[in-house]
Amino acid sequence: MKTFAMGGIHPEENKISTSAAIEQMPLPKQVVVLMNQHLGAPATPVVAKGDKVKVGQLIGKAEAFMCANVHSPVSGTVNKVDVCKDPFGMAKPAIYIDVEGDEWEESIDRRPEIKRECNLEPKQIVDKLKEMGIVGLGGATFPAHIKYSIPEGKKAEYLIINAVECEPYLTSDHRVMLEHAEEICIGISILRKALGVPNAYVGIENNKPDCIAKMRETATKFEGIIVEPLKMKYPQGAEKQLINAITGRKVPSGKLPIDVGCVVSNVGTTFAVYEAVQKNKPLIENILTVTGKHLPSQHNYQVRIGISYADIIKQAMGELPATTGKVISGGPMMGKAMCNLDAPTVKGASSVLVIDEDEATRARETACIRCGKCMQACPMGLEPYLFSSLVRNGRIEEAGEHNILDCIECGCCFFSCPANKPLLDEIRLGKNKMRAILAAKKK
Amino acid sequence: MKLLNISGSPHVHSDESTKKIMWRVNLALVPTLIVAIAYFGLNALLVALISVAACVLFQWLIEKFIMKVPSTICDGSAVVTGLLLALNVPATREMLWLVIIGALVAIGIGKMSFGGLGKNPFNPALVGRVFMLISFPVQMTTWPKPGENLFSMVSVPTTDATTGATPLGILKENGAEALPQVWDMLIGHMGGSLGEVSTIAILIGAIYLLCRRIISWHIPVAFIGTAFVFSWILYGCGSSNVDPLTTILTGGIMLGACFMATDMVTSPMTKGGQLLFGFGCGLLTIIIRTWGSYPEGVSFAILLMNSVTPLINKGFKPKRFAC
Repeated sequence: MKTFAMGGIHPEENKISTSAAIEQMPLPKQVVVLMNQHLGAPATPVVAKGDKVKVGQLIGKAEAFMCANVHSPVSGTVNKVDVCKDPFGMAKPAIYIDVEGDEWEESIDRRPEIKRECNLEPKQIVDKLKEMGIVGLGGATFPAHIKYSIPEGKKAEYLIINAVECEPYLTSDHRVMLEHAEEICIGISILRKALGVPNAYVGIENNKPDCIAKMRETATKFEGIIVEPLKMKYPQGAEKQLINAITGRKVPSGKLPIDVGCVVSNVGTTFAVYEAVQKNKPLIENILTVTGKHLPSQHNYQVRIGISYADIIKQAMGELPATTGKVISGGPMMGKAMCNLDAPTVKGASSVLVIDEDEATRARETACIRCGKCMQACPMGLEPYLFSSLVRNGRIEEAGEHNILDCIECGCCFFSCPANKPLLDEIRLGKNKMRAILAAKKK
Repeated sequence: MKLLNISGSPHVHSDESTKKIMWRVNLALVPTLIVAIAYFGLNALLVALISVAACVLFQWLIEKFIMKVPSTICDGSAVVTGLLLALNVPATREMLWLVIIGALVAIGIGKMSFGGLGKNPFNPALVGRVFMLISFPVQMTTWPKPGENLFSMVSVPTTDATTGATPLGILKENGAEALPQVWDMLIGHMGGSLGEVSTIAILIGAIYLLCRRIISWHIPVAFIGTAFVFSWILYGCGSSNVDPLTTILTGGIMLGACFMATDMVTSPMTKGGQLLFGFGCGLLTIIIRTWGSYPEGVSFAILLMNSVTPLINKGFKPKRFAC
């Protein structure tokens, strides 16, 4: 069975919310829609205070190149156009909408039937993705229309669907595959057509035999969809590692997947692509896992964007357990600990992970014993222990020479370190300083 | 409301810790220690206890009164140094106090003077051992004869009634005829330091460490393999009177290759570097044994290779993802 070539770890899986079917999250009184829910520049608000909006109506227009449209996830009245603090305390431009009823745009096909035929040309598909504000839902929220506009001189040979979900705890992709396998396969076919590639490879780790079976069975009805079971190892879902696992190719330092003929899409994104292209539905919903070892119940929700984390927590468990130490957006390996739970969810939000105090507190750091475990765990073949001491001593450019910018921040080094050294904290600091140095050199 | 913790990712950690690693190394040394006690009696146990106690005490004193830092004696690293030091000396009565001097040098100079665990360039136990060998050459090369049968010597020692030579000493003095049998060398029925007599006991500990992924096979295999092949060549062309099997089963090669050369702090970090390190250790050991004035060269070989470890680390980088 395939997997990536070097490094990697095996954290405890903790996929405790796997059996929880997707539930619909009820609408709150107000939602807040951030204008940058994607990688790049914020969208420009096209509604004003007092305007009536419907579900799916364009409220933020993409004007910059690296940008994506934002649509209203609810129907109601625009309360204000202002700023709002995101889960990490950063103020972002936002539209506040008071919810009234649930009235959808007429153009959106809300019938439950699955629509299989797609007669659009590749260019029309890409335009549709742009119009519907589709972004990558694997974490980076990269605008889809840019990814599927292959630059001049480059050629896509592989479409790779990332259904790995290697982060512990997360089960949203797992549930989507079980409940919407056919829609996903249609979405994949649409992307295959947009790129003009013969085959799409769906990478699923072997800890999800039910998904592998379901997707294999569904894929037989479609042309050119190959389900590829992968040997479990974190971070298999990282783009470069997944490409390596499936094709054996390696994306060189500073290059993009398309430079080795690959385009990678998250499996959740393919479902959004289906809804956008076949049903005219913009990206206004996420599948979100609410999980934690100490929670009374585990959930997978379909959540309109703009609903606050506080509302989700209230719906799922009433109140946070008294022993809560951390609330994380994303998985335990690469997710970010939130400081502002009143903040709204955005496109690509995949989970609310509640971790107990004792697990959230780091053990005391001891001396490095040069065991080399960080190096063995690094899937990029880097030397985390070296970065740690170089960054501590301000030798940033030297760290740059040792390829510090190649770090994908998967966290394998810190996870493995017996001395509990905050290796990734230091590497992040070093990367930021290194980028500043490079930017200064350019000027 | 209670404040949330917002430290950076990853938010989970493997259950590995330095403490666990060190105590597992101690556990891996237990079979060797048991065999030593079985052959050399209570003396062996006393030497080990005194050595460990002295190492822990010196580390505690230095951390408390000189470095003024929180004590780290619980992490088990001083115990490892103490045990290894004890396994590297003969189980004689003089050692009961000489080993304290060795412990002071091992911990005081070999380890703490560089800043403590993780910062020492040389294996502390070997620093202590070599200091003792140079300062007290007679006491360090006077070997008690092992008991005729297992456990026959488990009795209160009165005097060192008999002293025996190590196989390497015999070779240097008398030639190959007087050597112990291979089976005796495997189970440890021969003269020598506490920890260098039983190959089987050492291998049991080494296999445990391999399974626990505390050591990798690269250094021991390169070390022992090089020593075997090199001594075979020398034996074949008549430059040495020791056959290769005797070479690797006697003296400190097994203990050195499995427990001392594999010390994480003082050995290279990449597999390639580790192979070179092991090769260097094996080569130097045989050179010293064959042409040096000492019958044994493992300690010197490992210390010499320790000194080039930073250089090896510079030369042997891990393979980058896409280069």
